[in-house]
Amino acid sequence: MPHPPAHAAIDRPNSYIGRSVPRPNARRLVEGRGHFTDDLPTTPRTLHVAFLRSPYPHARIAGLDLAAARALPGVALVATGADIAAVCTPWVGVLTHFAGLKSAPQYPLAIDRAVWLGEPIIAVAATTRAIAEDAIDLIGIDYEELPAVTDIDAALAPGAPVIHPHLGDNLAFRLRLDSGDVDAAFAAAHTVVEDDFHFNRHTPVTLETRSILADYDPATQRLTVCQSTQTPYQMQEVYARHFAIPAANVRVIAGDVGGSFGMKLHVYGDEMATVALSIMLRRPVKFVADRLESFVSDIHARAHRVRARMALAADGSITAMAVDDTTGIGPYSAYPRTSAVEGNQAVRLMGGPYRHRAYRGSLQVVFQNKAMMSQYRAVGHPIACAVTEALVDRAAAALGLDAIDIRRRNLLTDDAYPYTSPTGYVFERLSHHQCLDLLERSCDYAALRRDQQAARQRGVCRGIGIAAFIEITSPGPAFYGVGGAPITAQDGCVMQLDPSGAVRVQVSVTEQGQGTEAIMAQIAASAFGVALDRVRVVTGDTETTPYGGATWASRGAAIGGETVLLTGHALRQQCLALAAAILQTQPQTLDIVDGRVVDAADGQERISVAELARIAYFRPDTLPPGIQPQLVAARNHVPRDQPFAFTNGIQASHVEVDTETGFVRLLGHWVVEDCGRIINPLLVDEQIRGGVVQGIGAALFEECLYSPEGQILNATLADYLVPMAGEIPDIHVAHVETPTLLTQLGAKGAGEAGTAGAAAAVLNAVNDALRPLGAQLSELPLTPQRILAALGRV
Amino acid sequence: MSSETVAVTLRVNGETTTQMVAPRTHLADLLRGRLGLTGTHLGCEHGVCGACTVFIDGATARACLVLAVQSDGAVVETVEGLTDAADPTLRALQEAFVARNALQCGFCTPGMLATAVELLRETPAPSRAAIRERISGNYCRCTGYHAIVDAIETAALRLAGHEPR
Ligand code: FES
Ligand code: FES
Repeated sequence: MPHPPAHAAIDRPNSYIGRSVPRPNARRLVEGRGHFTDDLPTTPRTLHVAFLRSPYPHARIAGLDLAAARALPGVALVATGADIAAVCTPWVGVLTHFAGLKSAPQYPLAIDRAVWLGEPIIAVAATTRAIAEDAIDLIGIDYEELPAVTDIDAALAPGAPVIHPHLGDNLAFRLRLDSGDVDAAFAAAHTVVEDDFHFNRHTPVTLETRSILADYDPATQRLTVCQSTQTPYQMQEVYARHFAIPAANVRVIAGDVGGSFGMKLHVYGDEMATVALSIMLRRPVKFVADRLESFVSDIHARAHRVRARMALAADGSITAMAVDDTTGIGPYSAYPRTSAVEGNQAVRLMGGPYRHRAYRGSLQVVFQNKAMMSQYRAVGHPIACAVTEALVDRAAAALGLDAIDIRRRNLLTDDAYPYTSPTGYVFERLSHHQCLDLLERSCDYAALRRDQQAARQRGVCRGIGIAAFIEITSPGPAFYGVGGAPITAQDGCVMQLDPSGAVRVQVSVTEQGQGTEAIMAQIAASAFGVALDRVRVVTGDTETTPYGGATWASRGAAIGGETVLLTGHALRQQCLALAAAILQTQPQTLDIVDGRVVDAADGQERISVAELARIAYFRPDTLPPGIQPQLVAARNHVPRDQPFAFTNGIQASHVEVDTETGFVRLLGHWVVEDCGRIINPLLVDEQIRGGVVQGIGAALFEECLYSPEGQILNATLADYLVPMAGEIPDIHVAHVETPTLLTQLGAKGAGEAGTAGAAAAVLNAVNDALRPLGAQLSELPLTPQRILAALGRV
Repeated sequence: MSSETVAVTLRVNGETTTQMVAPRTHLADLLRGRLGLTGTHLGCEHGVCGACTVFIDGATARACLVLAVQSDGAVVETVEGLTDAADPTLRALQEAFVARNALQCGFCTPGMLATAVELLRETPAPSRAAIRERISGNYCRCTGYHAIVDAIETAALRLAGHEPR
């Protein structure tokens, strides 16, 4: 294995990289001084929007009477789908690299026909949200209910009603992967384990709902949109495209964002309609989703049925895996990233941590009359992980092997890299065995097994679940750009030395609480050579930051971080050149440490950075002739050496199941993660913990319940269960650090890891607890009802 | 749906204010929209998430479940007011939340802090289980709660004059 390069910036004196420094923006938030979109000051000219949403999963709009709504004092405009479509072109959620993916043109508001319960149909702009809602109540609308397709099998059955007739059927996308001789491997297998797994829909539930404040200025044809979004530049492109405004005239500002998790990077009709209303009315227009409409209009997630099989030899080595995944995405493929990515990643990540070479995966992506389904944190990962790890546990039980033992026999060895997986993924450097060893120690696996035996003596059902996983991070252009999406894979940074000697960093990655600004400040301070409190980071505004991909798919630290590092180096070189001119020496004999230009050899201070800046800005007349100080540096960075990166890790869950009530008590949860270079341990651990709890939510609580007719049954926060503090255990996080060698920084990304493996670990723990009772579950969430059913008690 | 308004007089963060409000306006909207106290957040407006938690007459309450007209004559304290008043319990919690990174997006944080202030005023040294139990009415979607529990534990120790471990 090649040796890591000398990480010059990282090993520099007083580097902040790898240190747990608190976030500069946290103080503001604990004092209630956030700037979430709904907090922004509005003027009396601002209008507020409410939407009439379809109460049916599929219905024709047979009659509309808008007179009373229009007559209500305070109402500025009542707009139909056709009205909005006059200023906003429709979109189609397809990308060319998903060959065969199809979807229908989608308009901001339904025109003639609504295809899911919650689809916006009419928009009302009024002086207050309350008046807008009053006007909604005054709308007369007649629906002619149409047959709804909700079940994925029924949607594909011959003769099923076709949601978009011109597409021919309800199959949006199909994919088949085949590698090695799968049939021969199954034929020769000593043991085959198989099951059908069900992953029910859930939804991200960011605590701050989707929020947008659009302001169109017809005099300059400029559109300014303040929005709770992860991706300001993507949205700038979207608005430019669909409202026919030059992109340069569109400014998107993401202030504080109250959680996103992949939910706030899709295009939503209600948000597009809000922008349209601002253009039509030439006034600021604001929309803040209420929680009830969030449940039926935010993207839902997962929704898979997976038929899976695994073949093993007598010694417990996995020889082949075959899966058949059908996923329901609602009535359209989401825009601009499509709803094919979830299933695509699920079938490509199956079996990812293991050594077998024979794999067959097939995927069907299906239209249905339910809310739209698309990318949410750890896209596809939890499905692949839960299916694979559940089968590994079943194989272990069938072969009489311990859960750790069977994984140790099968995990890719730490000297196998670079490695190309049967599904075509290239792993640069992973560390499965180091992670497994560390997990075994950190959870004291042997003690947990002893505890399990002792508990059984007392008639208490406890279980331990292990889940190894890989995580896709740092997406390059192969993710979206190649398919024609206006989504850049590069990031940009502009760094300026201010007259006071402070450094201003404008960077395209965005902050939603991950700690982006803190991490970028740490990298900038280390790369340039100043104290952390001398660095100010600016993010989230297309007008004040360079163009770039922003924050999604765990790209912030890896791509954004490398960009800042390179920019910091460039600015340091420029300042050293200036200092050398002033000091009559060579730049390479100097260094910048802690805000001082020093002799590289002995660390003696020659001039402070602040003094250098003062001279450059205010007394350039004193500089040697011909010197033009360069106090701004700018760099872009995009991953070129691999289409995306991979990290790995492993989790363990310890549970107790009450076989009388079906309730699961979480006793402990452990994670070992290898996210490459760690920039801020405090922040990375919290990313992982937060992700784990979202995975636990999927495992035990969260489910969007639909009736067979397509009515959603639990669309309130009182009925939809989000994990609460009382039911979540402490989560122990440990790290193995294998930096990528493809960048100077070596960071890989960590945003998805917790969510990728948590549900699988809990599923395995519950099944481990129930195994002596002969019960086994394969449907998430593991509700008390399902557990009691598995136990034959209900 | 009537447009008639009612006068409400209440004391918010030490200042008395009289506002004309529609009877259906809830306290959180009055605080946020009329008084610019946007530290009180709205995550559900149906009493579940706790993001809108404030103090009313010394006890925590959900500002989305209280009508502005019901708070006539009440004493209301929000995160902004407790911060400006240098409330020692809040200050210890804020320090601990920042140091421990017990917030990510920060949307739940003002409500979480209000609940924690009340807990520590009543129970100077709560166990982790007691902390978890008490904050179970405050949803946090980002942190997974562990860091929040740590921070509240640390603040409790500091307030009791102990240096945390
Ligand atoms: S907004 Fe009041 S409890 Fe959620
Ligand atoms: S920090 Fe985001 S909801 Fe708690």
